[in-house]
Amino acid sequence: MRFDSLLDSVGHTPLVGLPRLSPSPDVRLWAKLEDRNPTGSVKDRAALAMVLDAERNEILTPGATLLEPTSGNTGISLAMVAKQRGYQLVCVMPENTSVERAQLLAIWGAKIIYSPAAGGSNEAVRVAKGLAAENPDWVMLYQYGNPANALAHYENTGPELLADLPSITHFVAGLGTTGTLMGVGRFFRDNKPDVSIVAAEPRYGELVYGLRNLDEGFIPELYDESLLTTRFSVGPRDAVRRTRELLELEGIFAGVSTGAILHAALGIAAKAVAAKESADIAFIVCDGGWKYLSTGVYEGSLDEAEDALEGQLWA
Amino acid sequence: MSIEVRIPTILRPYTSGEKLVTAQGITLAEVINDLEINYPGIGERLLDENGLRRFINIYVNDEDVRFLDGLQSVIGENDSITILPAVAGG
Repeated sequence: MRFDSLLDSVGHTPLVGLPRLSPSPDVRLWAKLEDRNPTGSVKDRAALAMVLDAERNEILTPGATLLEPTSGNTGISLAMVAKQRGYQLVCVMPENTSVERAQLLAIWGAKIIYSPAAGGSNEAVRVAKGLAAENPDWVMLYQYGNPANALAHYENTGPELLADLPSITHFVAGLGTTGTLMGVGRFFRDNKPDVSIVAAEPRYGELVYGLRNLDEGFIPELYDESLLTTRFSVGPRDAVRRTRELLELEGIFAGVSTGAILHAALGIAAKAVAAKESADIAFIVCDGGWKYLSTGVYEGSLDEAEDALEGQLWA
Repeated sequence: MSIEVRIPTILRPYTSGEKLVTAQGITLAEVINDLEINYPGIGERLLDENGLRRFINIYVNDEDVRFLDGLQSVIGENDSITILPAVAGG
């Protein structure tokens, strides 16, 4: 496959079958390898789409500074795109994220401003909105509310899935900005409405939910509940267990959020088997495991891995 | 029949700091009523006139009740309920 530039190569990721994790020949699991994107995560799609959209709308002018609240992957993707397109990037990232994320952001030339661990990404969003008000010339693309984020998945991820797996019955992805699920969900609603859209939401340690009051809760502006069939909350123990099974049985070295998604996908698969229905369940491999090696989740017992993730933003 | 309910940090002032409490009920609405009897004040932090509050998520066996039958979701004997505030991911 040949592309004019690295940015042109974003997307077009492989969809691979999982013969050992699939419960039967009639109920099959398929992994969409988004770690094959240029910076190694699904977020390259949204980052590129948001920058191109802002250029088209003349919100971004040459040499501009971008600002983004991110737990890591979107920041890394934006840093790569910004470097190619001639922008500066300031990321607001919670301090309870893996060291590799900060290293990668620095490699691509982004500046990091840390937000407090307590409150997780909520705090990063709050700090970023404050910085945006103080620096009116900075451009915050704002992944949680930018329609170009979901549109990237409506225009690319969804059609890629349908072309590779016309018999698809379920799509499972992580719920963060909600961009992947909203875009792919809307694509299937318009093109194959019987496909179930399943969200797997990471359930973090208590520190992350440390709001001062309930009015500080946060729901991404992109979120449209009507596009989802169901939504599961997956804790770190199940996420790590499934991440290890994916590696052990299918040879796929993925990050921990993918384990949470696989856990939900296997739950759907078990229900299909029990109901004697056939199913083709596609799910997103968000990123590879490289950025999480320092957390220790690939070593030792499940208890140790669970302890290592306590208080961390692992997805 | 008693059902385990996980209480988030922000609501523990109502449960004397307990993170895991038990409650009775056949539906989620009944369980919340029972919580209110034992932990007065918690009910109105979970519900408003429209039902479940916007920034409150409740899961039965890890599945979001908004995609089950909401407050009318039937709770079985071995089910567990988790209450969490809605926070940003990504």
